[in-house]
Amino acid sequence: MFIIKYKKIFLGLSVFLVLLSLSSLFIFGVKVGIDFKGGALTEVVYKTERPEQLFLNQKLESLNFGSMLLQPTGELGYIVKSRDLNEAEHNLLLKSLALDGKNSLTEVSFNSIGPSVGRELTKKAIVAMILVSLAIILFIAFAFRKVSRPVSSWKYGFIAIVTLLHDVIIPAGLFVMLSHYYGAEMDTLFVVAVLTILGLSVSDTIVIFDRIRENLKNVSGMNKINFSEIVGHSVEQSYVRSISTSLTVILVLLALVFFGPVTTKYFALMLTAGMFFGTYSSIFLASPLLVLIEEWQNRKK
Amino acid sequence: MWRKVVLALIILILAGGIAFFVFKSEPRLNSNFESSHSFFKKFPFRLGLDLSGGSHLIYKADVSALKGAEVSASMEALRDVIERRVNLFGVSEPVVQVQESGFALGGDEKLIVDLPGVTDVEKATEMIGQTPLLEFKTERPADSPQEVKIGADGKAVLDLSSQFVNTELTGRYLKKATLEFDANTREPKVGLQFDDTGTKLFAQITKANVGKMVAIYLDGSPISTPVVREEITGGQASISGNFTPTEAKLLVGRLNSGALPVPISLLSRQTIGATLGDSAMNAGVKATIIGFLFVALFLILWYRLPGLIASISLLIFISIMLALFKLIPVTLTAAGIAGFIISIGIAVDANVLIFERVKEELRSGRTIVDAISFGFSRAWLSIRDSNISNIITAIILFWFGTSLIKGFALTLGMGVLVSMFSAITITRVFLGAISFIGESRVARFLFSSGLSK
Repeated sequence: MFIIKYKKIFLGLSVFLVLLSLSSLFIFGVKVGIDFKGGALTEVVYKTERPEQLFLNQKLESLNFGSMLLQPTGELGYIVKSRDLNEAEHNLLLKSLALDGKNSLTEVSFNSIGPSVGRELTKKAIVAMILVSLAIILFIAFAFRKVSRPVSSWKYGFIAIVTLLHDVIIPAGLFVMLSHYYGAEMDTLFVVAVLTILGLSVSDTIVIFDRIRENLKNVSGMNKINFSEIVGHSVEQSYVRSISTSLTVILVLLALVFFGPVTTKYFALMLTAGMFFGTYSSIFLASPLLVLIEEWQNRKK
Repeated sequence: MWRKVVLALIILILAGGIAFFVFKSEPRLNSNFESSHSFFKKFPFRLGLDLSGGSHLIYKADVSALKGAEVSASMEALRDVIERRVNLFGVSEPVVQVQESGFALGGDEKLIVDLPGVTDVEKATEMIGQTPLLEFKTERPADSPQEVKIGADGKAVLDLSSQFVNTELTGRYLKKATLEFDANTREPKVGLQFDDTGTKLFAQITKANVGKMVAIYLDGSPISTPVVREEITGGQASISGNFTPTEAKLLVGRLNSGALPVPISLLSRQTIGATLGDSAMNAGVKATIIGFLFVALFLILWYRLPGLIASISLLIFISIMLALFKLIPVTLTAAGIAGFIISIGIAVDANVLIFERVKEELRSGRTIVDAISFGFSRAWLSIRDSNISNIITAIILFWFGTSLIKGFALTLGMGVLVSMFSAITITRVFLGAISFIGESRVARFLFSSGLSK
């Protein structure tokens, strides 16, 4: 099986992508959305003509709401980002945007989140991430409890976790790029995407490991078996179904990216990437790693 | 043999019934919705605010003055008060819920108010924060000037409100209100019990106005103008204002809800315009349909006859899910629709695993019938294991999430569970039913997959 033969190339590719994602994470940093840090987002659409951005900026500065960011959206709209606003401030902002009633507009959406709500959500997100990771690790330990020779079951679990990190870090890196170039912000859905990728990634790795487990059981005489051959054989038997199962999910996700609601666009894109790299890692990363570990074990003996 | 065909037909009929239910109970699909049976009108999709438009308000409740044990009872009382107030201004299906600070997370006690269709939040927040205003007024001294208006019919009308002057007694001094019925006329009355200050004030007022009218005003309009017969010192009064029992009950509720048990302040609000909600809804439906078509196309091209059957069982899966959304009911949000769409992709995973197994068994020389039965039993373990991790994620997301995350977790988790049933049971019955096509080369071609002949 060529995947096992050229395992170092595939492993190298994964390492490269992970490093690239991590460095983009450190270079660009993550833009945190108002979900987590608090703030207000006001979207308006003008009825006939939208005022010049520079002109409107001056107008908004006179409100003294601290730093505000004005972004054009669509043909006739603007999005205003600011600190969280109370009702009176919100009304003042709308009045200024409408040039005191001279340029009529409709408010498409308004979202104001107090900083304490943001802090709490951040805590919640972190707790959820820790819990999901713990649960998944426990589940992996459970799922692989029966496979123990020649590679012990905790090593399967360890590899599953390595691929898990791989599958999460690369889409996160992609998101950082999106956030840098297209202004996507890390919001609640980002956290949901990361956690969903965790679930999907494990299920994909399990399909392949399950095959290895079954093939190992069928081979009698533990000393004679060629581990790397069995792994290669198992991957060969199961890569089609692994790709097929992911493909169906990727197909629906692409439908969501291109035709779905605007709010879930980046979310779906991230999941697509997670799904893609999840499949890649279960075929091109998990199995080669398994063989590599076994080789190291033998060398020690 | 025939048993399997009959079973398949029964499933088809049941599925048709479910699909029919979803169709009939959905005004967007059913053009005769208005004239259809009231049963179908009871189950609309419940749309979240990001799809229907409306406002989402988060209030912080200041419970610092309360002891730990009292907090949750006060929060419940607060919820009831706010819910009553929200209901009073006629919002359809408002949702008022308490979000407790929760262990390990800390944070504030919060009250979340969802007002579908309300985008004028200023008015709404005003009403939520407002206490119903109960005032007691006494007759204006006879020598002071009175306003007279000329009514539409040309007669002079004495403006009632100008006849009364304010007193210090208001609903603030109310201890509680009760619903009573007059012993003689059986008419509903609202009984009032004042607190100490209120009792004193009421005694003063009644003493000074024996033989005169005292007007009871609610939110600025008079609801009852009884004549005082004697001084009342017990601090009890009753309003008999030609109420219907429902009105009286509502008033009692409002008066009792008068003061909020704990002070609240608005932490954050989100308003989504109806047009934005509409376009998100349409996009969600479009993505679902296109996603399904993509998957069905792939299944049929790659897995041929079993693929076609999987597509049919996927349609049944979608009908079951939509019916469940209506019956439970599940509040659908953009994230919830995303979870549902992803579950469509995951739903066929089990079928793919089975078909790949069946193909393998066919290659090793088994007959089609045998291959199908082996394929199902051998694929089960990996189906179970690969779904468990998704269910774990969904459960934890649901447990810890905000309403947005909950919507996603719920639809995804339900999707995974229902799909395990639909992919395995329904597809199996259908495949069993068509196994009569025999062992011809055509049959084997139809059961193969991918690029093989």
